[in-house]
Amino acid sequence: MCTMIVEKIKVDGSGRGKDGWFTLEGANVSYDHPFNAPLEHALNIDFVNESMGPSARVAVELSEQAARELVKTILAVLDQADAGGHL
Amino acid sequence: MYRTDMYQGQLAETVMVNGANGDTINAYMARPLGAGPFPAMVLAHHMPGWDEWYREATFKFANHGFVTITPNLYFRAGHGTPEDVAAKVRGDGGIPDEQAVGDLAGAMQYAKSLPYANGKVGIFGTCSGGRHAYLAACRVQGFDAIVDCWGGRVVMAPDQLNANFPVSPLDYTKDLSCPILGIFGNDDSNPPPEQVNQHEEELKKHNKAYEFHRYDGAGHGFFYYHSPAYRQAQAVDGWKKVFAFLEKNLS
Repeated sequence: MCTMIVEKIKVDGSGRGKDGWFTLEGANVSYDHPFNAPLEHALNIDFVNESMGPSARVAVELSEQAARELVKTILAVLDQADAGGHL
Repeated sequence: MYRTDMYQGQLAETVMVNGANGDTINAYMARPLGAGPFPAMVLAHHMPGWDEWYREATFKFANHGFVTITPNLYFRAGHGTPEDVAAKVRGDGGIPDEQAVGDLAGAMQYAKSLPYANGKVGIFGTCSGGRHAYLAACRVQGFDAIVDCWGGRVVMAPDQLNANFPVSPLDYTKDLSCPILGIFGNDDSNPPPEQVNQHEEELKKHNKAYEFHRYDGAGHGFFYYHSPAYRQAQAVDGWKKVFAFLEKNLS
């Protein structure tokens, strides 16, 4: 680990991993070295179910700008859903 | 130096070694074939894990005549692809320093026990592995040389310390037990050049034998040929310095 910047949260939902869908238990959000994105550091989100082992993981590695846009977009979509009486 | 009329062979396999806390962990090992005696290397893998680059680095050191052992510092995180295991460790905030030091010490003791080894052992690490290698060379007696490639967080502020990382590695410098070679990119943000300078000052203060090489036009991880961080000229020169340093200190 190089930056050691990480937060863990519990989440409810499902994720699609290499063996198909599985129940999510948490998400690990870090700003550290990515495995694939061509960046020294990335905003990494691993959606995981640790009781199923390390392979139960759905991963994304985002640039800082992409991560900030994603956060704004998620909140905007939730606001629309709320305004439409769906929440 | 290899000549075209030389016999060369290599054996590579996974082995089990004693690690920290009495645990047994797996390690990747490659060694030159022949009676020896050969110097040995312990490799401390980087944050992305016990991965293909480190397996290939294990071959590379063996190819240069070193019995080379790369312990799986993430063994206790479970098993899967190296990326999945490393992602779990990343999510958990890394591994405890004490555990990494114990695992690297176990690999060193294993290397010293081999009948074809010459008894001298070096340690090499990149990224978090450079930091772990430095910790091991300070905390454990028995290493004869250390190569720290861009180890981040060797210099740590008090607010970065916690149960896993209780002491800034810089504070162990007085206990460094062997010569050190440092390889750094001047465009790196972790460690930034000012922390490399701070590290060098601490080595000078304690009269340690060191060589630091700083490369312009290179950042973090510039040996990694599978990454955009790769810098060909700097990496070629860096590897030359690594092997010259090890041949001087481990022969």
